[in-house]
Amino acid sequence: MSSVAVIDYGMGNLHSIAKALQHASPDVDVRVVSDKQAILAADRVVFPGVGAIRDCMHALEATELVEVITQVAQTRPLLGVCLGMQAMLGHSEENGGTDCLNLIPGEVVHFAKDLQGAQGKKLKIPHMGWNKVQQVAHPLWQNIAQDSRFYFVHSYYAQPDESHRVAATTEYPDAFACALAKDNVFAVQFHPEKSQAVGLQLLQNFLHWDGQC
Amino acid sequence: MSLAKRIIPCLDVDNGRVVKGVQFVDIRDAGDPVEVARRYDREGADEITFLDITATHDNRDTIVHVVEQVASEVFIPLTVGGGIRKLEDIRCMLNAGADKVGINSAAVFNPEFVKQAAEKFGSQCIVVAIDAKKVSAPGESDRWEIFTHGGRKETGIDAIEWAIKMVDYGAGEILLTSMDRDGTKIGFDLELTRAVSEAVAVPVIASGGVGNLEHLAAGVLKGKADAVLAASIFHFAEYSVEEAKQYMRDQGIEVRL
Repeated sequence: MSSVAVIDYGMGNLHSIAKALQHASPDVDVRVVSDKQAILAADRVVFPGVGAIRDCMHALEATELVEVITQVAQTRPLLGVCLGMQAMLGHSEENGGTDCLNLIPGEVVHFAKDLQGAQGKKLKIPHMGWNKVQQVAHPLWQNIAQDSRFYFVHSYYAQPDESHRVAATTEYPDAFACALAKDNVFAVQFHPEKSQAVGLQLLQNFLHWDGQC
Repeated sequence: MSLAKRIIPCLDVDNGRVVKGVQFVDIRDAGDPVEVARRYDREGADEITFLDITATHDNRDTIVHVVEQVASEVFIPLTVGGGIRKLEDIRCMLNAGADKVGINSAAVFNPEFVKQAAEKFGSQCIVVAIDAKKVSAPGESDRWEIFTHGGRKETGIDAIEWAIKMVDYGAGEILLTSMDRDGTKIGFDLELTRAVSEAVAVPVIASGGVGNLEHLAAGVLKGKADAVLAASIFHFAEYSVEEAKQYMRDQGIEVRL
């Protein structure tokens, strides 16, 4: 039986993601874990997170998980979700500027103030709700229709230095990177665990992914 | 722009059963909340909101079990409101599987609670629920105030100013209910909805008064709401969520179908 570790470092509720992983693939051993050995013992690792980036980085440092995640990123399939994705970039402008894990070089930035959509209508921040995802070919999009809607809730987004890291984009109102890929690492800004059938499909694809592109 | 407007069925839960009353009297039983939530998920609901109206404190654990059960098989955002008064209540609901909590009267009695909750758990999970009633006389310019206790107690607080203050304190979303319209089935208070939606930067959910699909579409088109919430039109199978979405799409509204 293959196993997946959901990293618990005190940032948010992991119930949903663990339940969704189990639901997506009942034959996988899903473990919510916080210690180094347990994380490194799993075949695949999910790095979730909600909240603010500085708290996230402090929590990772306090639990000595920075090195562990870096090690995972070099050795097995790793999925970053929401704040977990943002933490994978080099730096975030949130909380007055915060250094992150730098697994994927780039910057996390806030949506511009006074964003305007069609007819000059002011856009709401956070970007909250179901939005279309334009995929770039990658094994994790298998059996998911182009332009499927996923559930988002965020005010910051990733800008990778290398454009070929972008695995999908979403428009709000301009296109931004809502998924990134680098070797055996995949990261999404939306919440697959809250995106009904298409989200479960993505999780199932991850749970069967060998880390190759 | 491709962000969809959301349709959110709301389940008023009393002692573990879905109920819906007209202006909080004449309560009708509408079934088992887990079953009802499952049906809405199948029909394409974008989120589900549970409002716990259980009066006695002893029976409050019931809603926790409902949320736990729903969260283990329904993978869309879940919001729980009703009786959220302490940080511990929020933690309890999030641990049960809720993604957001609705804070209503506790925000009125202690606005700092909203600030503490947003700092502790993040704005993304803090929905401030506002119950508003029109207080301006006919002929005067429109004015609404906040009411508590199911619309029975006035507070003298201006609804628009209150919404702005709550967002300033960290609310990530506003659930706006017109107490004049709740349960009446004559449609949202569109002026109220629009006034609040245009006053705040965060998404606004329109609530109170939906009796048909035109009302839902008007909430978005005229009320400028980001999401529309309804209870009884879905509970008693007058319309399915899918029918509601198809209708909205036909009106030119972007929806997830």
